[in-house]
Amino acid sequence: MTIQDKLGVDKFNTDELHSHIQVDKTYGDKEEIQRVIRVCPAGLYSLDDDGNLLFDHLGCLECGTCRVLSGGKVIKEWNYPAGEKGIAFRQG
Amino acid sequence: MEADFDVIIVGGGIAGSVCAYQLAKAGVGVLVIERGTSCGSKNMTGGRIYTHTLAKVFPEYAGEAPLERKIVKDIFTYAGKTVEYPSADLGSQGEESYSVLRKGFDQWVADQAENEGAMYITGIRVDDLLVEDGKVRGVIAGDEEMTSELVILADGVNSLLAQKLGMKEEIRPGEAEVGAKEVIKLDAAVIEERFGVAPGEGVSWMFEGVSTLGHKGNGFLYTNKDSVSLGILTTVGDIDCSEETVAGLVDKLHEHPEVKPLLEGGKLVEYSAHLLGKGGEVTRPKLYGDGVMVIGDAASMVVNRGYVVRGMDLAVESAVLAAETAMAANEAGDYSAGTLASYGEAVKNSAVLSGAQENIKNLEEVAEVFSE
Repeated sequence: MTIQDKLGVDKFNTDELHSHIQVDKTYGDKEEIQRVIRVCPAGLYSLDDDGNLLFDHLGCLECGTCRVLSGGKVIKEWNYPAGEKGIAFRQG
Repeated sequence: MEADFDVIIVGGGIAGSVCAYQLAKAGVGVLVIERGTSCGSKNMTGGRIYTHTLAKVFPEYAGEAPLERKIVKDIFTYAGKTVEYPSADLGSQGEESYSVLRKGFDQWVADQAENEGAMYITGIRVDDLLVEDGKVRGVIAGDEEMTSELVILADGVNSLLAQKLGMKEEIRPGEAEVGAKEVIKLDAAVIEERFGVAPGEGVSWMFEGVSTLGHKGNGFLYTNKDSVSLGILTTVGDIDCSEETVAGLVDKLHEHPEVKPLLEGGKLVEYSAHLLGKGGEVTRPKLYGDGVMVIGDAASMVVNRGYVVRGMDLAVESAVLAAETAMAANEAGDYSAGTLASYGEAVKNSAVLSGAQENIKNLEEVAEVFSE
């Protein structure tokens, strides 16, 4: 099962317009970017064919791990989504 | 000017709602603000709750709270070996505990508080705190302000609000683990047959990570009523110790030869993740200030020492202690740091919260201890 399939099982109240995480897509340290890609349990960080960092806030499990690892580096700003938005666990 | 509420609690998880329950029962006016659409909807656990502290607050919990299965068997896999013990033989590690899923459980605790008169607002994110002359006087949510004599922060491990107040430092990567978990539906009868337990009974299974998964961290498995919780915990700062992704570690555990057959025919119903502090006094924030206290995960009330991972029982304990202090402050009409300092003292003197400094580091040592 891919991570996308797993997230597909979860319930989200998506906030299409606003990302609660601001990412520095031009961050210079490639190794740091690789760390962020590996550490996100939802696999929301990836590189496109040209090696540019991609990030999709939809599917975020709101754990904060990317901020703890790379706050002030790749992660410029991290907040919870607005009230009611984001992940809605049905099991927990 | 009169405040809108005696106490505002930010966060309707276990700590927040237990605190609200205690305060409401004592006649203190309390409002809980939860950012999820309902209590528990932002929360997850491995998870196993040790119920000794819950029992003091809700003596009838065993028949009433939506717990999953009573843990009767502890299984450990380390260095390619698997050993199992009746939980009752394991001392404090095996004391009365249950597997639990947070959505239902947190809602139940919130319901108890609401029945006692606590007010709840859900779907509102608290963005900041109202601070005047160094005293916390309420909360800010969007354009709205709500005032209170006391704000209790129960906003979880990240506690951005305690960070904003300067009471808590940002979590360091070496001091936090990321947990990721699958909940896999299986028939109750199938669980009972495969894990060798009776109805209502369940197992806890910890996997020493380094040898079995090729990565630092532990795997865990808990049986619920009609599902299995399967996941991993790994130190955030250890992300460089292999090329594996955190999500990939969960897959590896799923494919573990001892695990895979037990999940055969199961259906994934949820995938979740959460941060877990390493706990202990080193990572504990400032617990109180003028008009403010911090409880639960936000206050690093967690024990995470390899095979021992517990936080919910500590969350309950810290909530009870904070509520006692809040009641005394309410009585005295004085919510200054000087009065609230008794919460800090109570935490220091609590056997549950200070006795939590277990120093057993890994499952190998545990197995030796238990086999003596």
